[in-house]
Amino acid sequence: MDENLILLDHQYVLFTLEKEYYGIDILNVQTIERVTEITRVPQAPEHVEGVINLRGEIIPVINLRTRLNLSRKEIDEDSRIIIVSKDEIITGILVDSSYEVLKLEDDSIENAPDIYNSVDKNYIEAIGKNDDRIIILLNLKKVIETYKEI
Amino acid sequence: MDVNQYLEIFIEESKENLQNMNQNLLQLENDQQNMDLIHEIFRIAHTLKGMSATMGFHKVAKLTHEMENVLQSLRSKEILMSEKIIDILFECLDILEAYIDTIVNTGQEGEQDSQHLIDKLHKVIIVEDVDLCKDEIKDIVVADEEIDIKVEEFSKNIILKSIQQGYAAYRVRVELNSGCMLKAARAFIVFNMIEQDSEIIKSNPPVEDIEDEKFDTIFELIILSKIDKEIIKNKLMNISEIEKVSISNIEEKEITNSPEAIEEIQQKEDTNNIEIDAKKEDEKKDTQTQKKPKLGKTVRVDIDRLDNLMNLVSELIITRSRLEEIDESGKKQNMNEAIEYLERITTSLHDAVMKVRMVPIERVFNRFPRMIRDLSKDLGKEISLLMSGEETEVDRTVIDEIGDPLIHLIRNSIDHGIEEPNIREQHGKPEMGTVKLIAYPDGNSVVIEVEDDGEGIDIERVKAKAIKNELITKEQANTMDDNDAVMLLFKSGFSTAEVISDISGRGVGLDVVKTKIESLGGIVEVQTSRWVGSKFIIRLPLTLAIIQALLVNVGTEKYAIPLNSIKEIITIKSNEIRKIQEQEVILYRNTTLPLLRMNKILQVNQQKEEQEDLTVVVAKKGEKSAGFIVDGLIGQQEIVIKTLGKFLSEVKVIAGATILGNGQVALIVDINSLF
Repeated sequence: MDENLILLDHQYVLFTLEKEYYGIDILNVQTIERVTEITRVPQAPEHVEGVINLRGEIIPVINLRTRLNLSRKEIDEDSRIIIVSKDEIITGILVDSSYEVLKLEDDSIENAPDIYNSVDKNYIEAIGKNDDRIIILLNLKKVIETYKEI
Repeated sequence: MDVNQYLEIFIEESKENLQNMNQNLLQLENDQQNMDLIHEIFRIAHTLKGMSATMGFHKVAKLTHEMENVLQSLRSKEILMSEKIIDILFECLDILEAYIDTIVNTGQEGEQDSQHLIDKLHKVIIVEDVDLCKDEIKDIVVADEEIDIKVEEFSKNIILKSIQQGYAAYRVRVELNSGCMLKAARAFIVFNMIEQDSEIIKSNPPVEDIEDEKFDTIFELIILSKIDKEIIKNKLMNISEIEKVSISNIEEKEITNSPEAIEEIQQKEDTNNIEIDAKKEDEKKDTQTQKKPKLGKTVRVDIDRLDNLMNLVSELIITRSRLEEIDESGKKQNMNEAIEYLERITTSLHDAVMKVRMVPIERVFNRFPRMIRDLSKDLGKEISLLMSGEETEVDRTVIDEIGDPLIHLIRNSIDHGIEEPNIREQHGKPEMGTVKLIAYPDGNSVVIEVEDDGEGIDIERVKAKAIKNELITKEQANTMDDNDAVMLLFKSGFSTAEVISDISGRGVGLDVVKTKIESLGGIVEVQTSRWVGSKFIIRLPLTLAIIQALLVNVGTEKYAIPLNSIKEIITIKSNEIRKIQEQEVILYRNTTLPLLRMNKILQVNQQKEEQEDLTVVVAKKGEKSAGFIVDGLIGQQEIVIKTLGKFLSEVKVIAGATILGNGQVALIVDINSLF
């Protein structure tokens, strides 16, 4: 059982935003959903896209582009909502697309550089490398929480 | 043994028992020679003692045991019932309730000491044979087997004999590593090891349970051996996955001597205990103190109600198969029939599930007779409490929340409402004041009334006080009608009692009551008449999970407004809108009605030009009302409230969400927060 845990620890759900690769620890991911109708929530912070009906449960959805200060993009065929659960809060994260799960070895993960593109360093946990791809591993806690900071 | 899983049941049953005891004590006070009541109270005390001893709550067990002694003497007519004894018993009840409360909150019985009460109880039976009393103390020590093995009659003789033959009796406490996978096997090794040169005469939990792994990580043994305890301990510590072993001597006198001595020795033992601590000891302690049992809310359900639920579900299944068959034959009429049937079932199912959640309000009312008794004693006012409608059922969540507000209202009635006896006489009223507590269902809500025949509310004094506390200005006070003035009582920072008593009047009273009841979706009203009395009326929704709502369009979006806050729906002409200090208002039925635009509040983008006819939903909150301009009405519908979750809890305008028939999400507007 312990062995399994170690293996899982290093698997990431990969998704794209603005042609760059991002990863979330697979242990936090519940499901990946196609985008259904999103109901806007008034007076909610800007990065909250709204709420969706996920099989009878109301789940808030974060627009990761807005969250990371990237430009907005229309929802299309490839858009996905990744349902994550962290500290008992279940949220959906709206991303451009998501195709694969990737195993990353320990030695291919590096600390985040001080400056990385336009994305706020706070949201980045580490940088992963796979072949010639660079994968930004997100600090999910930071992405989800911070409601109070606004 | 891990008893935490029983904690919930223990708490539930203890509360029930304490409540019964309370009732019986109150009756006993009026009918002091009633033996049946004494028997009943004795029985309850006994049950409580047994349960708490099993759960390891020794303070509770000790106190109930002492109560039992007194009651026993009363039963056997060795002492006579008196007012004083009843008072002491009430005090005990209070302490017991405090213990149970602490257990609910922390899982531990807390530090509160009840020694003074035990002393009082002792004094009551001091005339009695002292030995008898001692005997029973021994009983209780035996009862708490759970923590330490106590030596029973049967084993005593064996131990005594063997000690005379040069054996030593040890109490061995073995703690297994918490990660130990095969606990039974480990325990078996321990047993084998001991049996090589010693004899096990008792084990707790029993050997059968240990074999079945029916124990947590700790088990205890009483063994007889000729070798030194240190040697045994070292041997046991060599077995892997053993966290801790402690061995202590059982002395001869411990077995033979009086119970006091037993306790003394035990304490000494505790300090004498030699402990070999595995490295994790400290860590372990930490986790143990942190481990707070999580208590869920429970409801006791009448089995009939569950049966009913079961029946409905089976009907639902039948209807499902009926629908499946229709799919093949494809007859429209059959389809409609089936759907109608389905509708009926879901409605009944909804009712049935609601009923399961319902609890009679008796559970809250029960504590009031006692409270009135104490208050009237403290204040020197004679008061009788009339209760009716205790069988009225309300939602479980309401039961938990409504207690405090009611206590507050009743205290107010007694403290401020009911006059001193001599003043009552001057007004030609009977000396004894009356407080009525009435509950009844009314449509989709439950009404609870607290009524007193006291002096009523002095409107002028309320106004004067409000001016003094700067809640209103003099001018406002002059134009204010009586109803508005009474509602000032519910403003925070208001307290009319000139003298602050510990019963009421700290200025935090009624506004808290109001906030609480509004948070439950209810409202409070007051009716008062000078020198005749006042009546506080609480109106609560029957259930909180499913409500009637009006669905409206705002822009292209759909929102739900709870029906219970809607007064009416009107259409107005846009040119009728006037502005007073930037606030849009409309003259409606000779009152000015403030208007709020939903699309602004809900930040809906709207390009549409303003229409001539506007639909306005008039909402009321207590005495206040306001109009909300919406873009269209969809209709009334029963909706299931779902929360938006912790993540969006900061959004104040939205009370929750619901899922519409087509799977769309509609947000529920919290009208009360808007004006």
